[in-house]
Amino acid sequence: MSEVIPVSAAKGAAFEGPDASIRDLGPTGMVTIRGDLSAAGFKKAIKSATGLAVPALRKVTAGGGKSLVWMSPDELLLVCDYAESAATVAAIGEAMGDAHHMAVDVSDARCVFAVSGAGARELIAKGAPVDMAPEAFGAGDVRRTRLSQVAAAFWMAEDGALTLVCFRSLGQYVFDWLKASAADGSRPGLF
Amino acid sequence: MPHRLNDGGRLIDRSKPVSYQFNGKRMTGFAGDTLASALIGGGQALMGRSFKYHRPRGLVAAGVEEPNALMTTGTGAKAEPNQRATMVELREGLTAKTQNHWPSLDWDIGAVNAAVASVAPVFSAGFYYKTFLFPRIAWKHVYEPVIRQSAGLGPAPTEQDPDSYEHYYHYTDVLVVGGGMAGLAAAKAAGAAGAKVLLVEQTGHLGGRLLAENDTQIDGAEGADWAAATAEALGAMENVAIRTRTQAAGLYDHGYALLDEDCGEDASGPRRRLWRVRAKRIIVAAGAIERPLAFANNDVPGVMLASAVRDYIRLWGVAPGRELAVFANNDDAYRTAIAAFEAGLKVAAVIDPRAQATGPLAETVRGFGVPIRTSSVIAKVKGGKAVEAVMVGTKTPEGRVGGALEKIKCDCVAMSGGWSPVVHLWSHCGGKLRWDEEQSMFRPAPERAAPTGDDGEANTLVAGTANGFMSTAEALADAVEAGREAAKALGLKPGRKPAAARVAEPETGVATPMWFAPSVGKYAHGTKHFLDYQNDVTAADVELAAREGYESVEHAKRYTTLGMATDQGKLSNINGLAILANSLNAPIPEVGTTTFRPPYTPLPIGSIVGRDAGELFKPIRKSPMHDWHDANGADWEPVGDWRRPFCYRRGEEDRHAAVTREVLAARGSAGMLDASTLGKMIVKGPDAARFLDMMYTNMMSSLKVGRCRYGLMCTENGFLFDDGVVARIAEDEFLCHTTSGGADRVHAWMEEWLQTEWFDMKVYVANATEQFAQIAVVGPKSREIIASLTDMDVSTEALPFMAFADGEMAGVPVRIYRISFSGELSYEIATPAHHGQHLWDAIREAGKGANITPYGTEALHIMRAEKGFIMIGDETDGTTIPQDLNLNWAVSKKKADFIGKRAMERSHLADPNREKLVGLATDDPKKVLPDGAYAVADPTASPPVVIGRVTSTYFSPTLDKSIAMALIVNGPDRMGETIAIPVEGGDVIRAKIVDPVFYDPEGEKQNV
Repeated sequence: MSEVIPVSAAKGAAFEGPDASIRDLGPTGMVTIRGDLSAAGFKKAIKSATGLAVPALRKVTAGGGKSLVWMSPDELLLVCDYAESAATVAAIGEAMGDAHHMAVDVSDARCVFAVSGAGARELIAKGAPVDMAPEAFGAGDVRRTRLSQVAAAFWMAEDGALTLVCFRSLGQYVFDWLKASAADGSRPGLF
Repeated sequence: MPHRLNDGGRLIDRSKPVSYQFNGKRMTGFAGDTLASALIGGGQALMGRSFKYHRPRGLVAAGVEEPNALMTTGTGAKAEPNQRATMVELREGLTAKTQNHWPSLDWDIGAVNAAVASVAPVFSAGFYYKTFLFPRIAWKHVYEPVIRQSAGLGPAPTEQDPDSYEHYYHYTDVLVVGGGMAGLAAAKAAGAAGAKVLLVEQTGHLGGRLLAENDTQIDGAEGADWAAATAEALGAMENVAIRTRTQAAGLYDHGYALLDEDCGEDASGPRRRLWRVRAKRIIVAAGAIERPLAFANNDVPGVMLASAVRDYIRLWGVAPGRELAVFANNDDAYRTAIAAFEAGLKVAAVIDPRAQATGPLAETVRGFGVPIRTSSVIAKVKGGKAVEAVMVGTKTPEGRVGGALEKIKCDCVAMSGGWSPVVHLWSHCGGKLRWDEEQSMFRPAPERAAPTGDDGEANTLVAGTANGFMSTAEALADAVEAGREAAKALGLKPGRKPAAARVAEPETGVATPMWFAPSVGKYAHGTKHFLDYQNDVTAADVELAAREGYESVEHAKRYTTLGMATDQGKLSNINGLAILANSLNAPIPEVGTTTFRPPYTPLPIGSIVGRDAGELFKPIRKSPMHDWHDANGADWEPVGDWRRPFCYRRGEEDRHAAVTREVLAARGSAGMLDASTLGKMIVKGPDAARFLDMMYTNMMSSLKVGRCRYGLMCTENGFLFDDGVVARIAEDEFLCHTTSGGADRVHAWMEEWLQTEWFDMKVYVANATEQFAQIAVVGPKSREIIASLTDMDVSTEALPFMAFADGEMAGVPVRIYRISFSGELSYEIATPAHHGQHLWDAIREAGKGANITPYGTEALHIMRAEKGFIMIGDETDGTTIPQDLNLNWAVSKKKADFIGKRAMERSHLADPNREKLVGLATDDPKKVLPDGAYAVADPTASPPVVIGRVTSTYFSPTLDKSIAMALIVNGPDRMGETIAIPVEGGDVIRAKIVDPVFYDPEGEKQNV
């Protein structure tokens, strides 16, 4: 819509540690979708509006540059290009018709980080009460949880890439925390 | 005389000398030494002074239970106080200092206590309580300062700790605590069945007591070799992880365990790592701790646990003395005589209170030609800073010392009163104990109660000696069974039970309990029978407590401080309660134990803190324009978890000058405020209007699309807790603004009602607080500034007061609300947060000609107070209702119900004589009332009758006078009345009750 360049909270910050790297993915399209996840109509509408199937509990579906992330028993988070979010909100609204639902553009409400490297799993396990062992958390999995002192969610794509989101106002804190925890390369050494 | 032996020492590497400093003196040990073993090797017997009496103290133990040798290691910011020398691994350049003495370790003034104590008992049980009673004033000015100075542990470093610490969350099938034979065997059994296992060991080596004994064979191998082979086998199992130097500090609900890993002083990574483990099953294989014996002067340096003496000889090749006396009521301690004899030390005698000592170990000792004195006790230890001799007497059937005392020269006493299983972790989370009369020990009693998991099933097992199985064969069998049980509980199949390990070890029989070794003379004076070394509690103290009526073990503990030191009574508890039981003439199990609480050993604050230090101490929420504020003089103020500019200071300007400038600019021309922190809830659905009618006290369903309404939220008790402007976006969609600090609370509040009470309502709520940056543009010039940035029609006709419109401004999407919290013509402009800084810059640029001035929260507060607008948290305190604030107009009388409605009908809330909001005009318009000051009816009355309090108070730059708001009983009925507000220093400020709207009462400014 505009030529004004959006600026994310972490302003493109990146850090490369010995075993894990953190990178602000910059402005990312995000839509909070709420509805009856089990309803056939909802599933159909979401599929037609986003091209993605409704994910199962603590799962992510992805394709066509979009991901659909399970957030709660009645909430999903659609992740897409920043420029596509408004159109996606409209498409969902159209597909849902009169059916009770909510689709809100929250693209600016969060900060999005890529966490990568051999130590990525253990880095997250330093702050999130989540079993990060490969057999417990793998591709297509998401956890909506806590990182250190703040709310966070993270998921793993099919290619093993970890994406972590937190609220925008805490972007700097989360980046600083990840950086401090990755800086010395310390790894508990379990996976 | 402590010294290094010529050979031996399984854990040390004599080819690698290590130098360190002790109390400023350079000393040398070997790689593999602990600080304690190195000090023994260096001839050091004295390790500290005792807590109350400042008696000279040496090592008692070789492990985690050491009560005396607490030292400060490192210096400056790296200093770590209260380190047990037995647990500190020697490293090159280590510095260690003793604690709790003045002026020096050798010459200590506090020992005067001991001299006095030989005449009259001081610091006896209950000393503090008794002293506290009279004269009371002396406590504060005499006793406490003196006691504080002379007692205490090592001082905490005053500089910031340069080390880093981290936490780590781990999930495992089975957590095994303890790397001794039982832990190894249990881990192997569980691991072989396919369970994911984490084994932790508090020391740096696996094998436990097997490393120090040379008379135990398992499956044909030396015990230590068996341990090494088993550890190696575990290391090869992919599903088993082992961490040494990791202390299980506590076990909590549902298999949650806290482990503290010492990553080493020289590690490049964190100094320590706190593991937060969730285990499906926990196996406690924590072993046992030897019990001291209570005999006169049993704290003279050189008196040690028998097992510790053996450990020092066999593990580190050091000996605490050259001539040893063993005092023990059991066979196991004879091993120490054997170890000493084999190491070439003289064993002067074994003193055994039992009538007979005929076990194989005793026979071996007898074979060495060592005299064994049965039916005997040590009546007293001779010596001050070191053991010189023991006085040995015969124990009569009445339990006294009979006959002449025999003096046996020695410089070390190895004592043993038997073993106590380490039941601490088992007990942390509800595991019960039973008294084993035969072995005289408390041992786990899962049949009474065990810690449970989230399914209610017992999830903690105890294995080996920790479970009361004192022989190697029994302990190993028990551990294998525990490992298999744990695997089975996880649904795994452990397969056929393996054949029992073939164990060859000498028979040890059982100990005959002896809780108190009689002495001669008045033992309470001078010659003390110490139970708790760290807190200087004696047998006489416990007996005194019993005589004074402290019959409950928990009371006796607190009265005497037995077991309340940092070692939590690892050595003293069982002896103490046995003596208490004896004094009360009650059986031991009837007296019971005190409560075992985490942490098992002191947990460093750094471990607990983890990364939450320095910049990461507390997350701070930052608005999209935070960095601009910071670069432009923002003087920060915390608002909830946010930081908001209190004001922006220019040059030398102080806060007051900055705030004045900001208010005058906004009132006179234009001001701008970062309002992004305001909560923004999107409420959508066919029942959204009905839902908001319940949430707010006023009517929201009648709001027209495109319009805004100020609303109040009350709790079900009728108390006002949040307010804000609600905008109707569509028939079925609202955006509710909340206070900055209340956003999360309001979100949770809405969800709670929707999820738990009104689940039939078709409403969804989204917290969109962070989605939008919001900028208030305020003042008479605000319209022209905004108009210059957008094609939208912002005239009063198109966008009247309390309306909003969507459009584009400065190239970004916006929603412009025409709302005012200042009383001025005012707009709040919301834009997606990623564009916040852009819009802020654009507005600033456009407003340059009008001298647009960014203002902070203080100017915001002053302007709202000038208008008589309330602020949640200032005018409300959780007991304030809307009617108190003259907001009756915002409390619907038409609605059938809303949250708080019924509560408002209660007599107290409906009382006409409540405190109500008024304005206050001070008689002296320059005098600003203190915030929160009380108003009284008559300042000369005693006691004064409080009639209300100041809730907001400022100096108004606009009106050039002091203004205040207050809640005063029947306030509005007392208009014009002058009331008194006593302030600090005896002054009384007088103020007239006035209307709280000080500025533009007709609202002409905001309606232009």
